[in-house]
Amino acid sequence: MSTGIFGCVQLFFSYFKELVGREVTVELKNDLAIRGTLHSVDQYLNIKLENTRVVDQDKYPHMLSVRNCFIRGSVVRYVQLPPEGVDVELLHDATRREARGG
Amino acid sequence: MSWAGPEDSLLSTSLASYLDKKLLVLLRDGRKLLGLLRSFDQFANVVLEGACERVIVGDLYCDIPLGLYVIRGENVVLIGELELNKEELPPHMTLVPEAEIKRAQKAERDATDLKGSMRKRMEFLDFD
Repeated sequence: MSTGIFGCVQLFFSYFKELVGREVTVELKNDLAIRGTLHSVDQYLNIKLENTRVVDQDKYPHMLSVRNCFIRGSVVRYVQLPPEGVDVELLHDATRREARGG
Repeated sequence: MSWAGPEDSLLSTSLASYLDKKLLVLLRDGRKLLGLLRSFDQFANVVLEGACERVIVGDLYCDIPLGLYVIRGENVVLIGELELNKEELPPHMTLVPEAEIKRAQKAERDATDLKGSMRKRMEFLDFD
């Protein structure tokens, strides 16, 4: 895994790549929360979701016919993951490895 | 910094798969633009052909035609693919002319302004 100033970004990029295919909920900075299957992620942590549905559908009627979407990484506040999708040990180890400089 | 390798391009997060499709672009100020995606780059700058703004006030909505738009990426929140054969909005919503939606929009804005100014005047009462 690469290190340097982008080390941490790369860590989470790799981490999110492992989550592809899982069901996640993405909460945006404008409070819109979208649930869907993680289709892909890139180095900016832009996210593509499939089979999306908005958590509060009545408040966002314009999202009704959106099934696939692209979310800009910079507007994401949280990504809620399935509990079994988080291997805390592995993340700890990777972080320590990066902190030591590879 | 590594770039998308061959395995990433198969499962890419790029907007390429949305090219020439009808999209809904949600902006940071809450505006909703619809149009055909003709171009994009790595910042999510996008070019929309035949763009229109969808204004929704309560159960009323209107699509205001805008033309060809280049949207600067930093304003983009979300880009959604619109399903063509599906009803785009809930059935209880009604399409109204531009003049009417502008009126409704203004009424809504005035109402929130009033609420704000009332609150300001009552601030000495120390609510909350």
